[in-house]
Amino acid sequence: MSAVKKILVVDDDPYILMSLEFLMKKNGFDVMVARNGTEALDIVEKQLPDLVLLDIMMPDVDGYEICKHIKSSKKLKDAKVVFMSAKSKEADIKKGYDLGASLYITKPFSTREMMKQIKELIA
Amino acid sequence: MNNIVAIIAALCYLAMLFAVAYYAEYRLRQGKSLINNGYVYALSLGVYCTAWTYYGSVGQASTRGIEFLAVYIGPTIMAALFWPVLRKIIRICKTQRINSIADLISIRYGKNFSLAVLVTILCMVGIIPYIALQLKAISGSMNILTGVADAGTGLNNILSDNTFYIAAVLAFFIILFGTRSIDASEKHEGLVAAIAFESLIKLVAFIAVGLFVTFGLFNGFGDIFSKAANNETLKKLFQFSDNTSYTTWTGLILLSMLAIVFLPRQFHMGVVENVKENHLKKAIWVFPLYLLLITFFVLPIAFGGTLLLGKTGINADTYVLALPMQHGAKFLSLFTFIGGFSAATSMIIVETIAISTMMSNNIATPLLLASQKFKTKGDGQLTNPILNIRRFSILLIVALALLYDKLVAQHFTLVSIGMVSFAAVAQFAPAVLGGIYWKQASKKGAIAGISIGFVVWFFTAVIPSMASSGFISMQIVNNGLFGWSFLKPLSLFGMQGMDSVTHCFFWSMLFNIIAFVSISLNSRRSAQEVYQAEIFVDIFRYSATPDSNMIWKGTAYLPDLNSLLANFLGNERAEKIIVTYANRHKIPIDTKKADPRLVAFAEKVLGGVIGSASARIMVSSVTKEEELKIDEVLKILRESQQMMELNKELRKRSIDLQKATDQLIAANRQLQDIDKTKDEFLYTVTHELRTPITSIRAMAEIVHDNTDMDEEQRQHFLSAVIKETERLSHLITQVLNLEKYESGKQQLNSSSVQMNSLIKDAVQSIQPLANEKKISTEIKIPDSMFLVQCDADLIMQVLTNLLSNAVKFAPVNGSVTVAVHSNNYDELQVWVEDNGKGIDAGLHELIFDKFFQAKNQTLRKPEGSGLGLAICKKIINLHGGNIWVESELNKGSKFIFTLPLI
Repeated sequence: MSAVKKILVVDDDPYILMSLEFLMKKNGFDVMVARNGTEALDIVEKQLPDLVLLDIMMPDVDGYEICKHIKSSKKLKDAKVVFMSAKSKEADIKKGYDLGASLYITKPFSTREMMKQIKELIA
Repeated sequence: MNNIVAIIAALCYLAMLFAVAYYAEYRLRQGKSLINNGYVYALSLGVYCTAWTYYGSVGQASTRGIEFLAVYIGPTIMAALFWPVLRKIIRICKTQRINSIADLISIRYGKNFSLAVLVTILCMVGIIPYIALQLKAISGSMNILTGVADAGTGLNNILSDNTFYIAAVLAFFIILFGTRSIDASEKHEGLVAAIAFESLIKLVAFIAVGLFVTFGLFNGFGDIFSKAANNETLKKLFQFSDNTSYTTWTGLILLSMLAIVFLPRQFHMGVVENVKENHLKKAIWVFPLYLLLITFFVLPIAFGGTLLLGKTGINADTYVLALPMQHGAKFLSLFTFIGGFSAATSMIIVETIAISTMMSNNIATPLLLASQKFKTKGDGQLTNPILNIRRFSILLIVALALLYDKLVAQHFTLVSIGMVSFAAVAQFAPAVLGGIYWKQASKKGAIAGISIGFVVWFFTAVIPSMASSGFISMQIVNNGLFGWSFLKPLSLFGMQGMDSVTHCFFWSMLFNIIAFVSISLNSRRSAQEVYQAEIFVDIFRYSATPDSNMIWKGTAYLPDLNSLLANFLGNERAEKIIVTYANRHKIPIDTKKADPRLVAFAEKVLGGVIGSASARIMVSSVTKEEELKIDEVLKILRESQQMMELNKELRKRSIDLQKATDQLIAANRQLQDIDKTKDEFLYTVTHELRTPITSIRAMAEIVHDNTDMDEEQRQHFLSAVIKETERLSHLITQVLNLEKYESGKQQLNSSSVQMNSLIKDAVQSIQPLANEKKISTEIKIPDSMFLVQCDADLIMQVLTNLLSNAVKFAPVNGSVTVAVHSNNYDELQVWVEDNGKGIDAGLHELIFDKFFQAKNQTLRKPEGSGLGLAICKKIINLHGGNIWVESELNKGSKFIFTLPLI
């Protein structure tokens, strides 16, 4: 295992952001947070995270768009995307995977389960 | 004015008529019919207004006061009855291929030949003088225009008279456009268009004269009427005195009501040339409007004429033309002349066509057919003879009218001959109206009624005018027939106190109706009559099943039928028409014996060409007919009636079924819609619940799993959990609230509420929130008290919702204002304003939708449920008020709601 893995958490709900930031730190990741799509796009460009935890419904740029951006960028070809969304329709989930996401977690979720899956993805 | 100018103008006008007629037929060939139009139809009915209207009304108004109006009131009343009466006649004529009033009467009464002849003769005797009258009007007006003395009466001068040449051109026009096709029941496209055009010309010309007199010679209506009021002659005319005869009025109105339907030209335009029954609906108001317009200036012109020309001795019948002439308006005079010319020619054209059809079908053709060997199998051999007969009839009628004009007509004023003609055609009314509404009406009754009516009419109307013009001795008029004083033509049975027209109308109709009714009640009807009576009276039921309205019995051979039709239509067309009909009605075509229905059909087709009477003769001559017995007819009628009932029942059933299906589909769609909105709502609600639950769970797990975290952090998470739980329960309450409003379960707990104090309480309750953001609050309420009948708790809920939104969207150090306005006495407006960033105009309505914020991502993650405004709207609407927002970006928002005042 090389360096400490970088994770970007993107969500516009402050409490979810706060909780996930706490957990990621606790599990030894290098955590960054973004409260909206624009911030998120800015951070991925500059920080090149290994994994992006991505909410879908956000005021400015939605999660799908951000995922598309990541997947189409050469710089970010190794970055993994994990969606976490209240959108639970099959079509939404399929769209997420079609865009190249490694995982689609529907809200509400268990943080314990989620941490396990993330570790498996970027161990 | 030069004689030549007048003739050239008249000929130019006639050339224009040809052009209009040609153009209409050209359009028809392009598939764009001009006459398939309710307005054109209504205009073509304007053929009613002849030279008599054009010149005579003014004459009559100048000599007899407003009596002239009676002959326009009658048709106006009748127009209201067009739909029930005329539509029925039209339907009958269309299904039976009837093309004249003689055919209508003869077919109704068992295809009786003598009736057809009787009606035709009565029309000729009654109408030809009327046509002559129009020729007289043409020559008279031309003489006035050119200042030439009359060419004089008598035959010697006929060739030197313009009228002769005009009549010749007219006859040519009628032959050209009236005998286009051998089937007289076909429409005459060009002819109808030309007549409608003429109606327009005469209307415009007459109005032009009216305007000229009213505004050119006088200073408007006020001037002309006040001057007329000071004129002794006119004053007498327009006072209702003992001279005003109500019987005359009633008589003239009734007479013209009948004339508008039974005059051959009206019957031809209104029934034979009718393209669609629906055009009647236009005619019902357009035609009376036309009459109103064309009579509008009669009084001003009559007054003007009497005031300006009264002492010159000029005949009042010519005021229309004399007024512009005398005042040097040359162009207008010419135009006026053309207007009168158009009124006369339109009448001559249509009347001649109508009567010539009757003459050739009912008199000339039967003679031809009797004398010639028509059974020879000729391919269309008889087409030309028949058309020639019709052409000849036209020439004959025009010639007779010309003769009458030269020999007799000089002795009458315009109006009297017209009214005599009206009274003549009125004799058809009992037979026709009785025939279409009264099954009992019989052939014998009709013959008797029309005959006796004809005799009485002749005696009371024609004899006196013949006497007064010197054809017969005045002896009869003065002393009565055979010297019997109760047989005086102008006071029959001693009846006095009526004018001659009403007198004639009264007695002829009385005898006619009594004979018609009493003999109908006491005569046996033949099988044909019974059958036709049934079809005519119940035409709207029978016309739905076309082959039920014909009947025939006997033995006939198809080749005979074919060659009979071929005589008139040509081999090819004859065969095609039979085969098409047989196929359409699934009638087997036996190469030898013809199905009785085919025989009946052939007769009907033939009837359209040569008239029903001739057709009857032709068919019976090539077939072996057996007489139908009454019970056979009744059986056939019963069967077709049963068929119709069955059909009707079936149609009704299928309509019901279709209705039920439509209702089911609609109900299903509604259910689906409701399901869909419910689904959407549910999805949005669960979606909204997921977010707080996610964070609550995450934070609870963190606190649970991390016993080692420091106290401060732990407190932080726990208080966040509490906050999120509150948010969750608020959301649930709101959803339940909204559901209550939507399902209509929410009841208003209304009481009289002091709005001022309610607002103060509301502002107080959000004060802590405002203080947090250092927002200033202001209340602007007028001194007066506002009592509102409302549910105080609910309105409080609305106020706090709007206020907390305002606080939320106002910037730090911003301001929130509540104001009360009452612009009127029935509603109160409450304004809640902030100076925040405002709302885009496109969203002003959407923000009141539930979960609008959630659906619209740009506004997502509000503090709140996304249901607040939706609930506010429900509450306000429930109170009978409105709520809306006025806002522009960066200029703050103003939420306004209204409540009805007590």
